[in-house]
Amino acid sequence: MNKTLLSTTAALIGLAGAAAAQCTIEGEGSVRILANDFQALHAVVARAAECASDTVEVTTNETTEHKDIQVAALSTDPAAYTVAVVANGSLVPLLNEGLTRPLDDLVEQYGQNLQESQLIRIDGQIMAIAFMANSQMLHYRADILEENGIAVPTTYEELIEASAALREAGVMETPLYASFKPGWDLGEEFINMYMGSGQPFFEPGSAVPAINNEAGIAALEMMKQMTEYMGPDMMTYNSNEAQPYWENEEVAFMTGWGSRTAAFIDENGATPEIAAETEVVAMPGWGGNGIPATTLWWDGFAMAKNISDEDAAVSFQAMMYALSPELVADPETAALAAWLVNGYEPQPAAAGVIANMQAGAAPYPMTPYMGLLHTALGDNLAEFLQGQESAEEALEDVVAAYTTAATEAGFIQ
Amino acid sequence: MTDTTAADAKLATPRRRRRRRSATARSLPLVTLSVGFVVLWVIAAAFPFLWTAWGSFKVEADFFSRQDWMNAITGVQTIRQTGDAFTGDGYQGAWVEQDFWRAVINTGIVTFFVVVISLTFGTLGGYALARSGYRYTFWILIAALIFRAMPHVTLVSGYLLPFFQLGIWGYLATTIIVLVAINQPFTLWMLHSFFLSIPKDLDESAMVDGCTRFQAFRLAVIPVMWPGVITTGLFSFLLAYNDFTVTSMLLTAENQTMVPAINSFLGSTQAEGKVMYAVAAVVSAIAPLFVLVMFFQRQIVSGLTAGAVKG
Amino acid sequence: MPHRTFSLFILPSLLAMILFVALPIGSVVYQSLFIEHEQVMVEVENCGPFGCTIERRVDAEAMRELREAQPAGRFNGIGTYLNAGHLAVDRIGEIWERTDDWGTFLDQVMNLPLYKALIFTLSYTFIVTPFVIILGFFIALGVNALPGLIKGPVIFFSLLPMIVTPLIGSLVLYWMIDSRGIIGSALQTLVGDPTLSLKASPTLTWVTLFVYGIWHSAPFAFVVFYAGLQGVPKDTMESAMVDGASRWERVRFVTIPYLMPLATFIALMQLMDNFRVFEPIVGFSAEANATSLSYLIYSDLRSADSPLFASAAATSVLTTLGVIILLMPVLVRTWRDFNRKA
Repeated sequence: MNKTLLSTTAALIGLAGAAAAQCTIEGEGSVRILANDFQALHAVVARAAECASDTVEVTTNETTEHKDIQVAALSTDPAAYTVAVVANGSLVPLLNEGLTRPLDDLVEQYGQNLQESQLIRIDGQIMAIAFMANSQMLHYRADILEENGIAVPTTYEELIEASAALREAGVMETPLYASFKPGWDLGEEFINMYMGSGQPFFEPGSAVPAINNEAGIAALEMMKQMTEYMGPDMMTYNSNEAQPYWENEEVAFMTGWGSRTAAFIDENGATPEIAAETEVVAMPGWGGNGIPATTLWWDGFAMAKNISDEDAAVSFQAMMYALSPELVADPETAALAAWLVNGYEPQPAAAGVIANMQAGAAPYPMTPYMGLLHTALGDNLAEFLQGQESAEEALEDVVAAYTTAATEAGFIQ
Repeated sequence: MTDTTAADAKLATPRRRRRRRSATARSLPLVTLSVGFVVLWVIAAAFPFLWTAWGSFKVEADFFSRQDWMNAITGVQTIRQTGDAFTGDGYQGAWVEQDFWRAVINTGIVTFFVVVISLTFGTLGGYALARSGYRYTFWILIAALIFRAMPHVTLVSGYLLPFFQLGIWGYLATTIIVLVAINQPFTLWMLHSFFLSIPKDLDESAMVDGCTRFQAFRLAVIPVMWPGVITTGLFSFLLAYNDFTVTSMLLTAENQTMVPAINSFLGSTQAEGKVMYAVAAVVSAIAPLFVLVMFFQRQIVSGLTAGAVKG
Repeated sequence: MPHRTFSLFILPSLLAMILFVALPIGSVVYQSLFIEHEQVMVEVENCGPFGCTIERRVDAEAMRELREAQPAGRFNGIGTYLNAGHLAVDRIGEIWERTDDWGTFLDQVMNLPLYKALIFTLSYTFIVTPFVIILGFFIALGVNALPGLIKGPVIFFSLLPMIVTPLIGSLVLYWMIDSRGIIGSALQTLVGDPTLSLKASPTLTWVTLFVYGIWHSAPFAFVVFYAGLQGVPKDTMESAMVDGASRWERVRFVTIPYLMPLATFIALMQLMDNFRVFEPIVGFSAEANATSLSYLIYSDLRSADSPLFASAAATSVLTTLGVIILLMPVLVRTWRDFNRKA
C-alpha cells in the first residue's frame, strides 16, 4: 500500500518535462473511442484524434450516456469501439461480461510514458490504464473560521461543533452543504460516511450486505446530525447547485468533488473575495477511526476484446500519445483535474485528493454488486433524513431493496 | 366560431361570407372575462420562457443567483464580469465553441422525416381504420394503445444490443424510424378520429363515380384532411423535436439532436457543466419555431373554413 | 372496405409498430419471467492508483458458458412480479402479521417502493388530467374568440410550455420557485411566510409537480380543442342563436357535445402520459418526496452500473396493465361507438 501511495504521490507531483512530439503510430487500423462528455476527457480525446492519418482512422463519441451503451457496444464482434473511457465504477460491467482485453503486451511495447500507479491490475493482469483521480473533499471558508476562532475540522464531530458554533455566533444559520439529493448522490454520501468506519460493506466472501449494524446506524446518525445544520431544501442539494449557495455566503463548509473545486477557488469567478478564502482539506473522519470518510475514484480507459490486434495496437498508441506529458504541459488542461499522468504538477484543486490518499482513504469498491447497493441506498434513505423513519427501518428497507436486486442479478441465492 | 379574421376573409368561400353576416354582437363583460383569461394564461405560459430569453444574455451567477433574483434582471455580475449588462457568451459558446449548429441540422433532419413519414403512414392507416367496419380495426386501435403505454426507456434499452449487432446504431435513419414507430399509435388514433368526422359520402360518391379506393382517398379525402393532418403533424413534430430518451441513447455525439446536446451542456455530479450554453441554446432553438407556428396557425384556422368538412 | 385494400393502407404503420414496438414489448414480457444466472465469483487482487485490495469479481468465462446454454437466464415465472421490489406479497404478509390496525398497515405498505410510487402516480394522473382538459378547453374558447391579428402570437405563446424542452424548462422553473427565486419569493410575500419553501415539504413538492404537469400539458388539450372548434357545425350554432340560446347555453349544448369525442381522445392520451410521469420528478429534484412507476423503471435501468432488466421489465408490464385498467371506461366507450359505426 505504502509503496503505491508513494509512487502515486510522485505521479501527482510530476517528474518530467515534455518534449514536443507529433503523433506517430506504427501500423494501420482504426481507433474508435467511446467516452463521457466533459472537459478533462475532451482534452484527452481531442489529442487522440490528432493521430488520424492516411493509415489510421480515428472516430470519437463523447456522450453522457456512455455508461448505458458501452456493454452493448463492446459485445458485438467486431466491437463498435476499440477504447472505452471508464471510471472504477463503470469498468465493472465490462469486466463482468468479459468484454475487455488484457493490456500487458501493449503496455510493455508502447507504454514507456506510463507509471506503475496508472496500471489497473486485476488478478495480475493490466485491464485498464488510469489517468485521472477524483474524490470528495472538505471545502471551507478560511476567513469565517478564523474570525470565529474555529480550527479546521478534521472529524465530523468537530465539523458539527463548528457548525453549531457558527450558528450560535449568528454568523450562519445553515453552514453545511452536502449532496443529499436521493439517488446516486445520497447513496454516495452514505457510502463515503460508512467508509469512515472502516467496516466492510458485505459479509466476507459473499454478496450479503453487512451495513445493517452499529456502524451503519452510526453513519446514518452522523448524516442526520449534519441535516440539522443544512438548509430546509437539503433533500434537493446536489453538486450542480452548490455554487450559488457558496457564493451567497450561506454555507461555510461543503463536501464537494475535487473535479469541481477549480470553480470554487477561481478568482476570476463571480465572487473573487469568497474564492480567495475558499480552501480544501481531506474529508473528515468520524468515530475515532481517523479514516477520511470518502471514496477515491479514478478515470481511465479499457480496450475492447472483440477487435483485431492491429486496431488494438493503433488505439493503444493513440491513447499513449494523448496521455503523454504534453497533455498536462498546457496549464489550462492541467487545471482541469487531478491527473495521474507523467509530468503533471499538482494544482490547488488536486490538493484534497492527495490529502485524502495520504490520510488512508480507500478506493470505491470494484465489487460487482456494489452498484446495486449504491442504488438501494440512494432510494431508501430520504425518509430517515426527513425524520419519517428510524435508522433501523431505513437500513432494513435498504437491505430488502438490495437483496431483491442482488437475487435477480444472481449474486445472492 | 362566428368571428373572422383578415386571413379568413381572404380565403373564405361565399358561403362563409354569408355566415359572417349572421354574427351577433357579444356582451362586453363576457368579452372582458374571456380576454382576461387568455391574457392570464399567456402570461403564465410565456413568462418562464421570456425570463429564460432575458437571462440567456446574463452570466450564470446572475441567472442562477441565490443572492437576489433581481440580479437576473439587472445583471450585477454580468456587468462586473463582462463590463456590460448583456453578454452573448452563452450563444458564442454554444454555437461557435460547441458546434451547436450541427445538432440543429440533425434535429431539422430528424423532425422533418419523422413528421413526413408519420403523417404518410398515419393518414393511410388512420383512413383505413376509419372506413373499415370490420371488428379487427377495433383491436388494432386497442393494440396501438397498449403499444403506446409501454414506457419508452424500457423499449430503448431493448434496442441497443440488436441495433449494435445489425450495425445500424448511431445513425439518424434508425432514430427516425424508431421515433415514427413509437409515435405511430398516437398518430393513428388522432387521424382515425379526424377521418371519422369527414363524411363517408365524400369518398364513397367518388368511388361510385368509378374511382378506386386509393383514388378516392387522393382526390376526395386528401383535399379536406389538412386541418387534422396539420394538428397531428404539430404533435409529431413536437415529439421528435423534444425527444430525449430515444435520441440520447441511439445517436452518436456527432449525430446528436438538440435536446441531448443541450443535456450534455448541463454537466453531471462530478463534472461541471456550461449551463448558460444550454440556456442560450434553448432560446435560439425556439426562434425558428415561432415562425413555424405563425405559419401553421393560419393553416389551422383557415383550413377548416372551406366548409367541405361539414358539408 | 375489403380486407385487401385495408391491409395495403394499414401495412406501413403496422409494420413499423410491429418491428419497433410489438417485438420489443414481446421480449420485455419474456424477459420479465427470467432472472440472471447464479453468478460464478472468484476472489482477485485489484491494484490501482490507490493501492491493492482483495475483491470478488464475476468469472466472465464461466458465466459465458452458462449463458450459452440458457441465454435468457434462469426461469423465474412471475417471481419477479411478486418480489419485494414489485408487488411485495411476502412483505405485505409480514406487515399484516405484525400490525394491529389498518392505519399502521396501510402506512407500512405505502412505504414499499412500488406502492409508494403508485400512490404518487395515481394522484398525479387523476389531478392533472381533468385540469388539463378543463384549462385547455377554456383557453381554446378564449383564443378562438380573439381577433385574427393577435391569434398567431397567442397560439405560439400558448404552445411554449410544450415546446421548451422539459430539460431546461424544469431547470429554469426550478430556480424560479427556489425560496430565493422570483416565484418563490413572490409566494413568500403573498402568503406572508418568509420561510416558505416549495422544495422542502412533501405536500408542497407534490403541488408543485401537479401545477407543472398542468402547465406543461394544457397546450396539448388547447390545440386539439382549438382545431376541433373550427369544425363546430355552423348551422346548429346559428339555429341555436335563432332560438335565443345564451352564449353559455350554446357552449353547453352545441360546442361541448361536438367536442366530446376530442375530449375523450385527450383524456385517453393524458391518462396514459400522466401515468408514465417521470421528467418533472427528475427536473424538480423531487425524488425525496415523489417517485413514480417510470422513475422505478429508470432507476432499475440507469442508476446502477449494470441494468436490472427483469425488474424493469416487470415494472413496465405492470405500468402497461395499470394504463389498460385506467383506460377501461374509455375503451368500453370506444367499443360501443365502434359497434354503432359498424
